[in-house]
Amino acid sequence: MAFLEIDHVTKHFPASDGPGEVCVFREVAFSIAQGEFVTMVGHSGCGKSTLLNIIAGLERASGGGVVLEGREITQPGIDRMVVFQNFSLMPWMTVFENIRLAVRAAYPSWDRCRIAAHVQRYVDMVGLSGAERKRPAALSGGMRQRVGLARAFSTAPKVLLLDEPFAQIDALTRGLIQDELIRMWTAGRNTVFMVTHDVDEAILLSDRIALMTRGPEARLAEIVDVDIPRPRVRAALIEEPDYLRLRTHILRFLVEGARPAAGDGHGAPLPAGFAVTPE
Amino acid sequence: MTRDRFRVICLSLTIGVVFVLAWQAFTASRPAGKGIPGPLAVGATAWQMLAHPFYDNGPNDKGIGLQLAASLGRLALGYLAASTAAVMLGVALGLSPLLYRAVNPYIQVLKPVSPLAWMPLFLYTIKDSGQSAILVIFMSSLWPTLANTAFGVASIKRDYLHVASILQLSWTRRLATVILPAAAPAIVAGLRISVGSAWVAIVAAEMLIGGTGIGYFVWNEWNNLALTSVIFAILAIGLIGVLLDAGLARLSRRLAYTE
Repeated sequence: MAFLEIDHVTKHFPASDGPGEVCVFREVAFSIAQGEFVTMVGHSGCGKSTLLNIIAGLERASGGGVVLEGREITQPGIDRMVVFQNFSLMPWMTVFENIRLAVRAAYPSWDRCRIAAHVQRYVDMVGLSGAERKRPAALSGGMRQRVGLARAFSTAPKVLLLDEPFAQIDALTRGLIQDELIRMWTAGRNTVFMVTHDVDEAILLSDRIALMTRGPEARLAEIVDVDIPRPRVRAALIEEPDYLRLRTHILRFLVEGARPAAGDGHGAPLPAGFAVTPE
Repeated sequence: MTRDRFRVICLSLTIGVVFVLAWQAFTASRPAGKGIPGPLAVGATAWQMLAHPFYDNGPNDKGIGLQLAASLGRLALGYLAASTAAVMLGVALGLSPLLYRAVNPYIQVLKPVSPLAWMPLFLYTIKDSGQSAILVIFMSSLWPTLANTAFGVASIKRDYLHVASILQLSWTRRLATVILPAAAPAIVAGLRISVGSAWVAIVAAEMLIGGTGIGYFVWNEWNNLALTSVIFAILAIGLIGVLLDAGLARLSRRLAYTE
């Protein structure tokens, strides 16, 4: 049995203009093995964040379901920590308190000292030593997301859900934090499901990449294996023949193939905000 | 900034001095004992009262300090009870849109009622004027905190609640670490309005119940035709109101946060 099974999940939303429902995506089915890093790539509106929320238990599937270690997911849980695009740190808490809130929840039997030591270890791990007493408002976007990652990793979740975690971070910082993510993931080998529209990010981080067609009525088109050996180094990645082949394949899919089957065959222009690094 | 501040203080003092001088000029032309007393007479009374604020010569003759303390004691009881109830009910309403919409019509009807209108009902049911006054304070300070808490809790960003449910926080911990701190700025804004209206209501309530308190003092001095005492009491009421508000303003600065 698969570790995490996304079993023919369909999601409808009430239509914004009048009665009826809009189908965001239909019958999405795939599974993730333990310790695997799977990324979903697709255009805005294909419902990839919605799917992530369904795995998190924050939203319900309209059809199908998600099964983690043989049990169906019906509600949010600390075994599925989410790293949010907008960080979602508690603004009235310091960096330390934000992480402590999660650690306390994950290890209710620990005493204060043990909790504090654990929190400090993760603060140090993401390079925020010295900023423990700062509040999120005093931090840059990159530093805030470091707190978000530390909060998520500190609870050792069964599944880590990353919802476009680097979308609101400037390009230079993004690379650094991706490296930190790789380091932490390599150390703990958590199972990860990430959602992004950055193709390079997906290739750098993932074992497999799931490609979604455009919404509404989006479908899972294919899942590509990323065969590039780890550890992967961003600078050396460009030399990999597999990298270019993959990247071209995914970009071509996004430009041409991501359209619904009834499309006219011509590539649609990329939507604004679509992250493609020029060569 | 400091220069601006200096100019504000100068202008403010000038307005005060001009007002007092005009008041003195207006009253000096009249014979003593007739008409409104002037600032000098009020000053003399104030001096006398502040020299012995806590004397007690029986029910109709107590120092202003004792009277204010009696009022503040009532305020504390009624206000704390009302604030506790308002925050608890407000959290419930804020978390449940259904409950909020069901209860809101009743709140809207009760909110504009002067707290003093409840007085006869309280007197009839509990037959104790002191406790009735406290309940009037309760009614006067309930609504602003209730409305603000419900609003503050209802507008907590969903992300914070999502984090709380992912962390599977217990109900009490969720309340203490997420809901109350997130809504704290709105709640304290309500508490500030509430303390103001409670302090306004208490004077009127004490005029009705008699016995002790600054409101009773004002009414008693009016019966004695001691207008200097009345004017001084007005100033004292105002100053205490400012202090109460300043205390809550401090609390609000401590609990404020930027997203």
